[in-house]
Amino acid sequence: MAKADKKKKRLIIRTIVLLLLVSVVIYAVAFKDKVKVLAVGDMAPDFELVDLEGNKHRLSDYKGQGVFLNFWGTWCGPCKKEMPHMEKLHKEFEGKDVQILALTIKDPPLKVKAFRDQYELTFPIAIDKTEVVKEAYNISPLPTTFLINDKGKIQKIIKWAMSEEEIRSHMESIQPK
Amino acid sequence: MSKIKCQCGHENPFGTVLCERCGRPQTEEAKASQLVDMRYEGSARRSQTYNRSIVDRIWNFFSSVKIGISIIIAVLVTSAIGTAFPQKLYVPATTEVELAAYYERLYWLFGTAYYKLGFHDMYNSWWFITLIGMLGISIIIASVDRVIPLYKSLKRQRTKRHPSFMKKQRIYGEGPTEKPDVSLGKAEEKLKKLRYNVKTEDGALLAEKNRFSRWGPYVNHTGLIIFFIGILLRGIPGFYVDETMWLLEGDTKAVPGATGYYLESKKFTMETYTKDEAGEVFGEALDRVGMIAKNYQTDVALYKDKEGALPGSGDQEFVKDYSIIVNDPLNFDGFNVFQMDYRQDEDLKSMTFQLMEKSTEKSLGEFTVNLVDPEQNYEIAEGASVVLSDYYPDFDGMENGEPKSKSSIPNNPAFIFKMITPEKPKGEMSFVAIQQTLETEENAYKVKFVSAEMRDKSGFVVRKDKTLYILLLGGIIFMIGVIQGSYWNHRRIWIQKGLDNELLIAGHTNKNWFSLKKELDKVQDFADLPAYEDRQDKESNLEIKEGEQS
Repeated sequence: MAKADKKKKRLIIRTIVLLLLVSVVIYAVAFKDKVKVLAVGDMAPDFELVDLEGNKHRLSDYKGQGVFLNFWGTWCGPCKKEMPHMEKLHKEFEGKDVQILALTIKDPPLKVKAFRDQYELTFPIAIDKTEVVKEAYNISPLPTTFLINDKGKIQKIIKWAMSEEEIRSHMESIQPK
Repeated sequence: MSKIKCQCGHENPFGTVLCERCGRPQTEEAKASQLVDMRYEGSARRSQTYNRSIVDRIWNFFSSVKIGISIIIAVLVTSAIGTAFPQKLYVPATTEVELAAYYERLYWLFGTAYYKLGFHDMYNSWWFITLIGMLGISIIIASVDRVIPLYKSLKRQRTKRHPSFMKKQRIYGEGPTEKPDVSLGKAEEKLKKLRYNVKTEDGALLAEKNRFSRWGPYVNHTGLIIFFIGILLRGIPGFYVDETMWLLEGDTKAVPGATGYYLESKKFTMETYTKDEAGEVFGEALDRVGMIAKNYQTDVALYKDKEGALPGSGDQEFVKDYSIIVNDPLNFDGFNVFQMDYRQDEDLKSMTFQLMEKSTEKSLGEFTVNLVDPEQNYEIAEGASVVLSDYYPDFDGMENGEPKSKSSIPNNPAFIFKMITPEKPKGEMSFVAIQQTLETEENAYKVKFVSAEMRDKSGFVVRKDKTLYILLLGGIIFMIGVIQGSYWNHRRIWIQKGLDNELLIAGHTNKNWFSLKKELDKVQDFADLPAYEDRQDKESNLEIKEGEQS
């Protein structure tokens, strides 16, 4: 009896030790370079930026609403193409608890204002002067759009310019039920 | 899997070579051999005994020293191959396609194979990490499997061993003495003087010293494992940061990897040695080489988001001013910011223009455009002003008749100016780029470029390494293990009474047999012990005999 007990104990100990060691190795392999990158399902990092009109926008103030967070640049061709669609849908979804926030990185304010006037944009536009939000969201290509749901979680990351239909369906997807 | 019962009555685990208690050989092989293998004290290595379930098989796989050595060789070979061509980090390519092309262009087929197999980014490849992981597992399991039985058998060892155990030791001697009890007593006295721990039992004596030296390899392995843990921790957020950062003079930017901190560059300075201070000796060198750098320095200010302030809110507090020079980084909150690189006079800061009447070439005045954050209106003189209608920081030709900028960095600025003068109060439009002026219709006035102001750019590396102390601890323990195992030797001497007036002596050490024999000689002289021989070193035995004769 004692021998069987000992054998069982040994098997359990060995299994636990092996599982532990192997899972450490798997962890090391799986997470070798994915640490920094923001992924779908993560909480969207909070920030506070001042828009061109001087209004403060905190991401956390929009809890309970969907946020269409768009990173763009005045010089970026594809961004220009999706701006009019965004403007149109902004008007449509404003009352439906979906908010557009457009952030440019290090653009001269003069250019951004000119751009806004040219395209008659009414949604809030802010300049991320210190690149702190860009850093937090790990932005590389422009445009990049983060769809943030009413709980503040990232629902989708889109790294290209979208058509009106695409934007509409995405905005519907983050509309609170 | 039954136990092995020795003649002395002790029950040994299956796989035992030498009885844990009395030392009698238990296997046929050990009985037949001249000398016994004292590795792990002849104890049963558990790894080699049970081989039933899958778990046991995996366990035994990692417990094998042969497998361990094979893994080390595999790591060595792959590491060697990894140095054949440059690693990804040192290749001037950003996309995967460029990388593949680079290796193919320079190293043909070998380069392509190198790239395809992942050697170009070896330290991040799954197979290299797996290999290192297997090495870690092997070290842990092999050590555990050996250190526990070794510890047990050294702890359980009896003073009185069976003569068959003594006879199979490398150092062995037997012979009659006049007074065995006196000899034993004297031997004990002498051995104690030689700093041995002496135990006696029933006409037998065991003298032992430096047993801790046997733990050296396991201490060493513990250090190695701690080292591996340190490296693993680098992958966990908050433990390790290694980022690069470019910062222009006058700019304030978020520090990558250090959320909530901002760095402002106030000034970049590069100094070179002048001939005066170099003196005679180095003056020549200066003539030969040209410029020799003396100092690279960036004067910075560090800011931090206030308690509770969100990133981007601009609600910051000043932390400190610092002059970062090479090897003197800015320190804050576990981070180090190093001066690593610079670009001088490559980045435009502002441009100064003249508003000029074309016919007379008479200037109405100058104005300066800040290229990073330009103003809209420039008052020049009474009734004369310039309006910046549009601005293209990085002008890249025309597209559908409209000027285009390819980034927001002022690499190639172009402007559309509206010139308002007393003669032309409605304004004239002019497109001004570097070396180029376009007008829609003939203008009376023009904007003429006067000068440009540049600013320097500093390249920093932002580093934080909380694992450094873990690596240091691992390294220290590693070295302690090496020292413990190599500078001390575990020596044992057994002496016991045989039949009649005979005495048996035997000795064992894990290394450095010469010193053991030297000590044994001292005891032998003092206590009148029988002669012994080293049965693996016939030559030295011969020397001793020759020495005795002369």
